[in-house]
Amino acid sequence: MADQRFDGIKIRNLYKIFGQNGAAHVEAVRNGLSKTELNEKFGLVLGLKDINIEMPAGCIQVIMGLSGSGKSTLIRHINRLIDPTSGEVLVNGVDVVRMNESELRDFRRHQTAMVFQKFALLPHRNVLENTVYGLDVQKINRAKSTEIAMQWLERVGLKGFEKKYPNQLSGGMQQRVGLARALSNDAPVLLMDEAYSALDPLIRMDMQSVLLGLQKEIKKTIVFITHDLDEALRLGDQIAILRDGEVIQQGTSQDIVLRPADDYIANFVKEVNRGRVIHVDAVMTPVAAGHAVNGATVMSGSSIDDAMKLLAHGNATDVTITDPAGIPLGTVDLKCLAAAVVSSH
Amino acid sequence: MDWFFNFPHMDDDALRNLKKFIDESFRAFTRAYGDAIEGFFSPLQTFLIYSERFMTKTPWPIITLIVLAIAWAGSRNLKIVAGCLFSLLAIGYFDMWDDTMRTISMIFVCTILSIAIGIPIGIMMSRSDRLQRIVNPVLDVMQTMPSFVYLIPVVMLLGIGKVPGLIAVVIYAIPPMIRLTNLGIRLVDKDVLEAADAFGSSSWQKLVWVQMPLALPTIMAGINQCIMMALAMVVIASMIGVQGLGQPVLKAIANQYFTLGIFNGLAIVGIAIIFDRVSQSYGQRLQKHREIIHG
Repeated sequence: MADQRFDGIKIRNLYKIFGQNGAAHVEAVRNGLSKTELNEKFGLVLGLKDINIEMPAGCIQVIMGLSGSGKSTLIRHINRLIDPTSGEVLVNGVDVVRMNESELRDFRRHQTAMVFQKFALLPHRNVLENTVYGLDVQKINRAKSTEIAMQWLERVGLKGFEKKYPNQLSGGMQQRVGLARALSNDAPVLLMDEAYSALDPLIRMDMQSVLLGLQKEIKKTIVFITHDLDEALRLGDQIAILRDGEVIQQGTSQDIVLRPADDYIANFVKEVNRGRVIHVDAVMTPVAAGHAVNGATVMSGSSIDDAMKLLAHGNATDVTITDPAGIPLGTVDLKCLAAAVVSSH
Repeated sequence: MDWFFNFPHMDDDALRNLKKFIDESFRAFTRAYGDAIEGFFSPLQTFLIYSERFMTKTPWPIITLIVLAIAWAGSRNLKIVAGCLFSLLAIGYFDMWDDTMRTISMIFVCTILSIAIGIPIGIMMSRSDRLQRIVNPVLDVMQTMPSFVYLIPVVMLLGIGKVPGLIAVVIYAIPPMIRLTNLGIRLVDKDVLEAADAFGSSSWQKLVWVQMPLALPTIMAGINQCIMMALAMVVIASMIGVQGLGQPVLKAIANQYFTLGIFNGLAIVGIAIIFDRVSQSYGQRLQKHREIIHG
C-alpha cells in the first residue's frame, strides 16, 4: 500500500551539537575538535558527528549503539523531533530540515509513524482509541479510522482487547498497541526507537517475529534503534553501529560479524551466536556448475545452524547449498561449519 | 543620630499629598468611568439575579432532588448522596434554607466565572515561561492582599451589591484554578507529548486530546480548591451586601449571638463538604482508567 516509488532515506553530513550556539562550532568539529574538548572548552555536547547513512526503501535499517551513542538522537532527526545543527535529512528526496512548521506537520502525518521505547500511549484512551490517534490527527472520520485500526489490531494479535485501557495490558501488549497505532498511519517510513528494549527477552523475540512477518507484506522503510546486537543482527537488512555520535561501521549482518571494523565491534561480536547469524554462503566451498546434488541441501542464505542440524540428525557428511532455482552453489562439511562457529578472534 | 533610631521617612506633607493625589485620581476615574464599568458588568448582574431567583423561588423538594441527582451523577456513591440529603434537611429544619440557597447560587456563579477565566489563563501560562514569570507574582498579590483592601476600590467603582461581592470572591478564589491548570499541563508526561508531536498533532489537537485530559486530575483539584476558597469568602463578601449565610454570621459577630453564628457557620461547612465530596469523586471517576493496573 505504501508509495511504490518511495525513495528511501538519505542522511548527509548530519551534525548535532547540543547547547547554545552549537552551529558556530560545527566547522571546528569538522576539522578535528574532539567531543571531550568541545565539552571542556565550550560546555557543549556533541550529539552526532558527520552521519552519512543511505537507507533504501523497503528495508529494515538497524542503528545500534550503547546508551549515549546518539542513536535516539539520530532517529529523532528523521522526523525532526530534534533539529539538526547542520546537514541534510532527505526522506523520499525532500529535505526535512528545510520544511516549515506546517509542511513538517503534514510530513509527520503522512510520511512517518513512530513506535516508542516507553510505548507513549495515552492512558485515558482505550486500545482502539489509541490506535486511531494518528488517523484522528489526520482528521479521518471515526467510522473509517476504526475499520483501519481494527484491521491492524487483529494483525498484531490484539483482537478482543479494543476496549481495554493501556494500564490493563502487559508491556508486550502495550507495545503491540504502539505498533498498531504506527501501522494504522500507513506511512512509508516506520521509526522504531528502542521499541522492544523495555520488553523481556521472550516477548522481545516474539515481537521481532511479528515485525519480520509484517515487513514481508508491508515493505516499509523501517528504522530500528536498538542496543542489543542480537536484535540488530536478527532484524537488520542493514546495520549501522554508532559510538560517541559517530558511525563506526555500516553493513549487513554478515559484514558486521565476519569483518568487524575495529576492536570495539569485534568485542561485541564475540558474544554473538555465530551459528545463527552467519550464512552458509560465507563459508561454503564453491562448486562448478553441474555439480551433482546428493543428500542434504539447504537454500542459499540459510544459517550455519540450519546446515549443522541436517548433519547432526542425518547420515550425510556434507550439505549442498542451492540457489532458489535448485542449482547447487557450493558445499559445506561439519569441520568447516564448526570452524565458522568458533570465533577466530 | 536621629536617622539611626527613627527611619527617615518621607516628608509628612509630601506623603499626605501623594495619598490625596492617588485618592483624587481614583475618584475622578470612578466618576468618569464608573457607569461604563457598571454597564460592562451588567450581564453578570443579570446572571447572578437569575441564578439566585432560580435557587430561592424553586420549591425546596425540587431543589433537594436536583442536588441529590447531581450528587449521584457526579459520585455514583450512595453514601455521598445520603450525606447530601442529611445536610440539606438539617439546614432546612434549622430555618437557614433561603440563605443557603443564596450562598450556593453565589458560589455556583463564582466557580463558573473562575473556571471560564482561570483555565484559559492557566493554559497560556503553561505555554510561556515569560507569562508565568509575570502572572505568578500577580497571583501572589491576589492571594495575600487582605480582601478588605481590594474591596475598597471595587465598592467605590461599583457600589454595594452582588457584583462587587462576586468580583471580590473571584479575585480570592481564582489563583488556585490558574496555578493548578498551569501545573497540570506542565507535568504532562514528555514521552506522550513527543508521541503526539511525532504523529503530527497541531497544537490545538495536542491541547484537547493530550494535555487537557492528562492534566484533568490536577485541574479538578484546582476547581475543588476554588470552590473552597469561594466559600471562605462568603462572610467577607456579606460586608458589601452579598446576601446569604454570611450576613447572619456578620450579625452574630456584631451582637455576640453565639448560636446564630455557629448554626450558619455549620451550614457553610455543610455545603462546603457537599461540594468537596461530589467534585472530588467526580474527578476520581473521570480517572477510572488509572486505577486498573495490570498485575
